[in-house]
Amino acid sequence: MRFATTPSQTVGPFFSIGLPWDGGQLVVPRDSPGAITIAGTVYDGQGEPVPDHLLEFWQADPSGRFADMHGHGGPSDLEGFRGFARVGAEDGDGRFEILTVKPGPVPWPDGGLQAPHIDVSVFARGMLHRCVTRIYFSDESDANDACPLLGRVPAERRGTLLAYPVEDGYRFDIRLQGPDETVFFAV
Amino acid sequence: MSEETPDSYIREPPEAHPPLDYPPYKSTALRHPKQPLVYLPHTITEITGPQLGTERVRDGDSDLTAQHAGTPIGERIIVSGRILDTNGKPLRDTLVEVWQANAAGRYRHVGDRWEAELDPNFSGAGRCLTDGEGRYRFTTIKPGPYPWGNHHNAWRPAHIHFSLLGRSFAQRLVTQMYFPADPLFEFDPIFNSVRDRAARERMISRFQMHESVDHWALAFEFDVYLRGPSATPFEEEH
Repeated sequence: MRFATTPSQTVGPFFSIGLPWDGGQLVVPRDSPGAITIAGTVYDGQGEPVPDHLLEFWQADPSGRFADMHGHGGPSDLEGFRGFARVGAEDGDGRFEILTVKPGPVPWPDGGLQAPHIDVSVFARGMLHRCVTRIYFSDESDANDACPLLGRVPAERRGTLLAYPVEDGYRFDIRLQGPDETVFFAV
Repeated sequence: MSEETPDSYIREPPEAHPPLDYPPYKSTALRHPKQPLVYLPHTITEITGPQLGTERVRDGDSDLTAQHAGTPIGERIIVSGRILDTNGKPLRDTLVEVWQANAAGRYRHVGDRWEAELDPNFSGAGRCLTDGEGRYRFTTIKPGPYPWGNHHNAWRPAHIHFSLLGRSFAQRLVTQMYFPADPLFEFDPIFNSVRDRAARERMISRFQMHESVDHWALAFEFDVYLRGPSATPFEEEH
């Protein structure tokens, strides 16, 4: 390493003039076959919704391939698959919603498979650096039990990483602090 | 189709970034995790990442002074530099997104209650892709400092927000670019949340006389370093 990284700073209270865009919630195009929503709320340490968060999502398609594999294999051939979503507004009610498809399992570097998951970056006013979490799926219990990363998460906290089925998709809440604080990862 | 990315990235020392819990910046109090972070080795999900370039950037997006019928008020400046990794390798064709207040320190945002004037000729957001050498270039207006509610007589030093996707999820960075010798530096908890002085100074742009354009605009240079490849392919916690 010859140079040091540029430090992170907060996304601030006015990011919506620069970052979100219409359609940013679409991991897949509208009316894609098998599309589901994942929706939830971001809460602060007092259990209040965080009305000014920005979330980004990155995931594989159902066959376990990303929109751009960056040379690590063939990219997704799912039509219109962006694999990424960005949602947020400062006048919001703390809720978010994306339109996506359930990802497939992807390899773990030492061998084996990671359970289906979505990487999530959380930004907000009052957050000087992003916090990274993952969405796993409560109806993938066999894959979850075998996932090398989930195995490293203290068992009593694993539930904070699970999205639960609801009509049209899944619900996933993010708690920045508190008794059910979401598990965040050092990336 | 983009080039191959590394199998894993360096782990940055703690002083490289601000702590999530920083009491002088009061809004961090209820918005930082208190449980220890769980170590995530870099897997295929983290070493790949979105490339939004062609979808997000349109002609003219890099000139924030030409997005309306008239010319915005304020000091026209050129902000340019390179996006690199910590090995010095340029990141080409990568998306750079910026947003900022106008010359009076006011954002074009419903939530900004500062009584400074909005400028009908300035929206304050820009985008561009880096070229083959990792270079980007914006023409804009020097933003003004503005007051905020963190403490009595709190003022943010003038800054431009920068968002970088890099090549991979692991490289994602949001930061702020500051201007040289700002008298507000010593009073600003967001700037000072980066506790290491050398790291703090990496957020300050440099005035560049040779990039300035006669009878047109002064120039500031700001290079952004995203973390580069790790020496070992699959790095476990240690």
